[in-house]
Amino acid sequence: MRSIWRTLDRRVLADIGLTCLAVFFIGLSYGAVAVASGFPLWVPAAQSVLVLAGASEFLFIGIVAAGGSPIAAALAGLLVNSRHLPYGVALPPGVTGRRWGRLAGTHVMNDESVVFALAQPDPERKRAAYWACGLGVLACWPGGAVIGGLIGSAVHDTSAFGLDAMFPAVILALIVKDLRDARMLRAALAGAAIALAATPFLPAGLPVLLALAAVLLLLRAPATEASPSPDEELAVLR
Amino acid sequence: MTESTLVVAGMATLAAGTYAFRLSGQLLRARITFPPRATRLLEAAAVILLAALVATTALTEGHGFSGFARPAGVLVAGILAWRKAPFLVVVLAAAAVTALLRLLGVS
Repeated sequence: MRSIWRTLDRRVLADIGLTCLAVFFIGLSYGAVAVASGFPLWVPAAQSVLVLAGASEFLFIGIVAAGGSPIAAALAGLLVNSRHLPYGVALPPGVTGRRWGRLAGTHVMNDESVVFALAQPDPERKRAAYWACGLGVLACWPGGAVIGGLIGSAVHDTSAFGLDAMFPAVILALIVKDLRDARMLRAALAGAAIALAATPFLPAGLPVLLALAAVLLLLRAPATEASPSPDEELAVLR
Repeated sequence: MTESTLVVAGMATLAAGTYAFRLSGQLLRARITFPPRATRLLEAAAVILLAALVATTALTEGHGFSGFARPAGVLVAGILAWRKAPFLVVVLAAAAVTALLRLLGVS
């Protein structure tokens, strides 16, 4: 833990702190929605710790509250969470910890911890950012869910405060430096377009996975792009 | 009673399956040695996933359009981030623009 504070500079820690605060507010609405839908408080509380993946938990609550089977709701949630498999492949070994530590570190893998890890330049800082954000979310998401469940309807309508725009903004702000590269930007836009085009027709979670097809745009020989030097190629894919 | 047993079963399925996704990606990565170019491609794949997540969470709700307020907020955030505004400004601007538009009656 101490090494996290020494390894990361203040600015990154502040960014992680703000992200966790945003997660806390979304957690408030999650707990409130769950309780308002008729679930006892322990349901969002347990989910937020054991699943620790917001979108799938909202979906689970929504499907069950609408009268759907909890098993069907779990499968829909799993589809949404399937992106964690490619996340796990993308994270360099050692980021989530070593040996037994990795079993715990793997649990705090989420959109936020992954994007903060990827944004760091070297393995040590990737690991520190991953853990700082992962543990922060592990504290703030359940904390928000429980408090939201307790105060209930007072925080039911978070859309009035625009909180739903914060999650995509956080992720976008952290990948923008990768998108400055023209090839990466093209691939990312293609992936986004694929996901958007598929959204009306496919169950939640699948459109985002389909976006991975855009990786094909990066497989072409870099020679077609006026043969970049090895350094430039590295920048392309970093 | 059976109702809540079923809910617990669903919760356990979701939690265990999600952990399995997280772990299997990591185990896959640990077992295969990727050449440097493939490693960079894997990171690029994660960026594409995240970009698709930004697009779908900003523009859609369920299977339809989310309305204008949220994507407008995210667009402003994207422009600010592109112009290297501080992270705090970017994220708060997204919420502020979206909230303001809703206040003005734009859904």
